[in-house]
Amino acid sequence: MRVAKTGNEAMAEAMRQINPDVVAAYPITPATEIVMIFSQFVADGLVDTEYVAVESEHSAMSACIGASAAGARVMTSTSSQGLALMYEMLYIAAGLRLPIVIGEVNRALSAPINIHGDHSDTMGARDAGWIQIFSENSQEAYDSMIQAILIAERSKLPVMVTTDGFIISHCLEVIDTISDGDVKKFVGEYNPERYLLDIKRPFTLGAIDLQDYYFEHKMQEAEAMKDSKKIILDVASEFNKKFGREYGFYEKYKLDDAEVAIVCLGSAAGTTKVVVDELRAKGIKAGLLKPRVFRPFPYQEIAKELSKVKAISILDRSDTYSAYAGPVFTEITSALYSSNMQIPVNNYIYGLGGRDIGKEEIKNVFEELVTIAKTKKVEKLIGYIGVRE
Amino acid sequence: MASLKELSKKEELFTGGHRLCSGCGAGIIARQVMIACEKPVVVANATGCLEVASTIFPYTAWRVPWFHSAFENAAASISGIETAYNALKKKGKVKEDVNFIAFGGDGGTYDIGLQALSGAMERGHRILYICYNNEAYMNTGVQRSSATPRGANTTTAPSGKQSTGKMQMRKDLTAIMVAHNIPYVAQTTLSFQSDLMSKVQKALSINGPAFMNVMQPCRLGWIYPPEDTVRMGRLAADTCVWPIYEVTNGVYKLNYKPKEKKPITDWLKIQGRFKHLFSAGNEEVIKQLQADVDKNWEKLLSLCGEKI
Repeated sequence: MRVAKTGNEAMAEAMRQINPDVVAAYPITPATEIVMIFSQFVADGLVDTEYVAVESEHSAMSACIGASAAGARVMTSTSSQGLALMYEMLYIAAGLRLPIVIGEVNRALSAPINIHGDHSDTMGARDAGWIQIFSENSQEAYDSMIQAILIAERSKLPVMVTTDGFIISHCLEVIDTISDGDVKKFVGEYNPERYLLDIKRPFTLGAIDLQDYYFEHKMQEAEAMKDSKKIILDVASEFNKKFGREYGFYEKYKLDDAEVAIVCLGSAAGTTKVVVDELRAKGIKAGLLKPRVFRPFPYQEIAKELSKVKAISILDRSDTYSAYAGPVFTEITSALYSSNMQIPVNNYIYGLGGRDIGKEEIKNVFEELVTIAKTKKVEKLIGYIGVRE
Repeated sequence: MASLKELSKKEELFTGGHRLCSGCGAGIIARQVMIACEKPVVVANATGCLEVASTIFPYTAWRVPWFHSAFENAAASISGIETAYNALKKKGKVKEDVNFIAFGGDGGTYDIGLQALSGAMERGHRILYICYNNEAYMNTGVQRSSATPRGANTTTAPSGKQSTGKMQMRKDLTAIMVAHNIPYVAQTTLSFQSDLMSKVQKALSINGPAFMNVMQPCRLGWIYPPEDTVRMGRLAADTCVWPIYEVTNGVYKLNYKPKEKKPITDWLKIQGRFKHLFSAGNEEVIKQLQADVDKNWEKLLSLCGEKI
């Protein structure tokens, strides 16, 4: 069905259709609407979900973890400081191998306090053991939420699906929704192998794990993340077969014959596509690679896709304050290096605190790439876009 | 409640083989609580002595579903578990009637976990939260908590040339829980076995949140011989340092009134943590402690409608 939905409405709609057993959540701008809309679904009896209006994000994730360990299908939503407050529990959700799904609306981290979209919150959690799926628009957010529940349960890993705060979360777009019945069929019933409420088979979950076992358990977690790659592609393929929308680790836009390429996540990819088209019209072979799945990081696949490009600019909507580069840049260049590729690259940090990025700025990046492709020289490795210096 | 003889025949749900200290009160409390359970129970534990010593992977002392995730969130964890139960029961995926108990030490309850506890109590989950209160962070080596009494020597509020140990009065968490207007709040110690167990049964029979503050003498942090643990709890009640009472739907009831209220010095002199208070020049602290106890006791007697 074609309907107009904001990113938040799209995520809440996916949650309604998934109809999880438990949602424990705490409101935070710009994700608040998701839990407001969902609470209304609960109040109106449109879902069977037990909703827990907890007193903090730490307790939100703690209650989600408890509920998931108990055997329930569990979802929540948060953003920014909320995700940061969950930080301790994010690692525990992954370490206990609990398939919780978060609708995470990317927002800048304090200080200074700012409510707008950038990726610093999600990037801060990139090594927490969660599968991370970025969305360019409401459609992707909706589709990925539905896929996420299956990915989580099959991989026994938690998943966060992200949108960019305000830019997507509050932007009204026409999306294709799936019927309630089809979503229900697609996500099926959750039947965990082992859970606390299996009263006749009591077990201890969350034991202290010392030098003699901890390493093996963490190794299994690392293996699960590797194994999740196939699961993500399988779920995407099943989704495509049923609903006709294709998803993978990333999206390529006019990349196959591109000479210069931008790599960026989330909403900026939409603007980049427009610029690619404009440059193509002028005869410049521009292209885009938009990673969708950032964890697990598909390093070999991405390196292969970029292997024929002559110059790449990697755009980061967050900084690492490492006196080096943004997180996407370090991942991509590491992927290129380990695949024996020497392609000239540069890194631009953009859009912190929701600072807009426009076509002109992206066009400038491409134009610089054209020069780099010719000279094979990168004058400045790390730069900033759209900031007063 | 069943007789002690009958209870002794029940299967132990918290078993031996754990690695708590000899004379540890936490193990005694866990065992008594579990014996008191009549329905299937799921236990959530905050990080702390009881957790680290009873579940060293791949071993466990628990014969019930048991869960731990972090230090400050036992109340939030058990909220999630109880909510999952409600969801799965509604769907017919769980058939049994189940009770839910969270254990936290005073660090995980009075301090770092207070917010999660307050939230869970306010939301009205059908849970019993038990604080095994040994009056300091014992698991990490006797650091002060807001449950530590004035004058006690701890490793982060030590006594010294310029200090008589903890300078502040402890927080009255039981009163804070009463202020949540939950159906059942109780205070006891491990030394009053039948009181403790009947309170657990009462708490679990209530359709709502319940909180128990159980004083747990700690031979390591309090510094006394391990065989004296149960005696210590009794002395806490007899000196009125730790009154035994309950508040059911807002109504206070004193469960134990010592025939003769013993002086605070009886309590202080047998514990290494208070040893410095008996040095010359610290008499005022002991006087203050007695005054604190007297004031609290009189207030409680009045709340319980007892004669002062």
